[in-house]
Amino acid sequence: MSLTASVDTRRGDLHLRLDVEVADAEVLALLGPNGAGKSTFVRVLAGLLGPDRGRVVVDGEVWDDEGASRPAHRRALGMVFQDALLFPHLSVADNVAFGLRTRGMRRAEARATAAGWLTRVGLDGLGDRRPAELSGGQAQRAALARALVGDPALLLLDEPLSALDARTRLTVRAELRRHLAGFRGSTVLVTHDPVDAMALADRVVVLEEGQVVQVGTPAEVARRPRTDYVARLVGLSLLPGTGEGRLVRLDGGAAVAVAEDARGPVFAAIRPESVALYATRPDGSTRNLWRERVVGATPHGATVRCELDGEVPLVADVTATSFAEMGLAPGAEVWAGVKASEVAVYAR
Amino acid sequence: MSRAREGTRVPAPLLVPAALGAAFLVLPVLGLLVRTPWSQLATQLADPAVGEALRLSLVSATLATALSLVLGVPLAWVLARSRARGRSVLRALVTVPLVLPPVVGGVALFLVLGRQGIVGSWLDDAFGITIPFTTTAVVIAETFVAMPFLVISVEGALRAADARFEDVAATLGAGRWTTFRRVTLPLVAPGVAAGAVLCWARALGEFGATITFAGNFPGTTQTMPLAVYLALQRDPDAAIVLSVVLLAVSLATLLLLRDRWLGRTGAA
Repeated sequence: MSLTASVDTRRGDLHLRLDVEVADAEVLALLGPNGAGKSTFVRVLAGLLGPDRGRVVVDGEVWDDEGASRPAHRRALGMVFQDALLFPHLSVADNVAFGLRTRGMRRAEARATAAGWLTRVGLDGLGDRRPAELSGGQAQRAALARALVGDPALLLLDEPLSALDARTRLTVRAELRRHLAGFRGSTVLVTHDPVDAMALADRVVVLEEGQVVQVGTPAEVARRPRTDYVARLVGLSLLPGTGEGRLVRLDGGAAVAVAEDARGPVFAAIRPESVALYATRPDGSTRNLWRERVVGATPHGATVRCELDGEVPLVADVTATSFAEMGLAPGAEVWAGVKASEVAVYAR
Repeated sequence: MSRAREGTRVPAPLLVPAALGAAFLVLPVLGLLVRTPWSQLATQLADPAVGEALRLSLVSATLATALSLVLGVPLAWVLARSRARGRSVLRALVTVPLVLPPVVGGVALFLVLGRQGIVGSWLDDAFGITIPFTTTAVVIAETFVAMPFLVISVEGALRAADARFEDVAATLGAGRWTTFRRVTLPLVAPGVAAGAVLCWARALGEFGATITFAGNFPGTTQTMPLAVYLALQRDPDAAIVLSVVLLAVSLATLLLLRDRWLGRTGAA
């Protein structure tokens, strides 16, 4: 295990108790509403906040333990904040080179390394600009390069996409995914957006009021939410495939009709409330119709979340009344319909 | 634009006092310029005593500003960032020279640094150093009066600066000192520059503490304000000339620095 952290700390009304282990090259998402303690936790990992009690070990080195705390600047980490927070008085290249210089690298070498990273994040030739001259997406890419350039053991991403507009978020998310795939250290991603967690993380920890309410892979958390909160928050079915115009050919073989043109590797995302279940094959215009088997059912308030398996693995929310009327139970065969316009597509 | 928008029109009850206020501030300066014996300007300025006083004023105000920067910027950081107890008491104490009549400040300096003073007698015994009535005393008096302007200005800039940049620097391996030098200080540079200008202008005009603690000796402690005061009693025309010179130097400095560093605050 590359990161082992056990933190118990109070901040105002919040009592945060969290134990996590993150392996090398693994991405752990901390998902939860504002005030759940996510940012407090990453600030503890970064050494910007001392925990009341806690132990943080990274690559066998103790960063926090009873009475001993390594200061932030002596931890081998990179951190990306919600606002890119590029130093306004330095050029973009000097921002990226900053961490190399503080760690003793010579100026020429630091500049060359920074230039290489700017190219990797698609900011070739923008190194001499001031941060104020970059767009939001460019600034966040530069911030990512600045965090990764020192080859840290631990990468902390604190709401890295939430300050971006919807369109930019898609492209930066796809790039972030690519860079995380090539990163050898451990990553902790803090987000309140389930899509970020689903698209970027290997494992998700759902945090509510400082407590862990669920841990699992994104698919597990979406399929078997343990609380109403998790059910509302997640439940998105993310289907990897390849865009072929108005059609996404899934890696599993099936095809999903979509409303807008899609090209190359994409995710087709379907929300549980968009899936309609039928006992018999329905007539009508629904373009996506699949034969499915109910493999699990969890009631949440007035709805029941059904886990479906078949041509396309799906999650569907149906009202408790229809659930009973249709005689649904694990093992039941159903037809699942999704309108093409209800399928979201984005690059992966 | 042909008409002022409703929101920018000045309400009548404010207009009259505002105009009176502006007149009150501008008229004395105009009066000084009107009464200036321009024909005598050249001869008065050629007087070596004037040059000496001007040089002493510029040198001592600049040294006082430098000393204020070296001591005042760290002090401002402590006031703005430190979590230590007694910080608010310290801030109150540091700003006392702002409200203290300068003459009283001069007396206080004399009691501490004079030959019989707590620190002064020790300096005299141990090193044979005497401070009062020297150019050093001028610089000390000016620093005492002017440094709080710098401290207040820099502390405000530090409080307004986004402290998250310091967190970022820490995650990038910068210790507290590196962070201060490479991130905090550049971020508050405009505030430091503004504070230094205020400090310099205040030091240049210093009178009360200087005459009390350093005396009025031409060549060593007689700065321009002291020369103006003395001249007014003998030769009012000379006093006016000296005043105009002081005014010109202050304005020139202010305009020069405003263009270079304070451009944003000067934008309409």
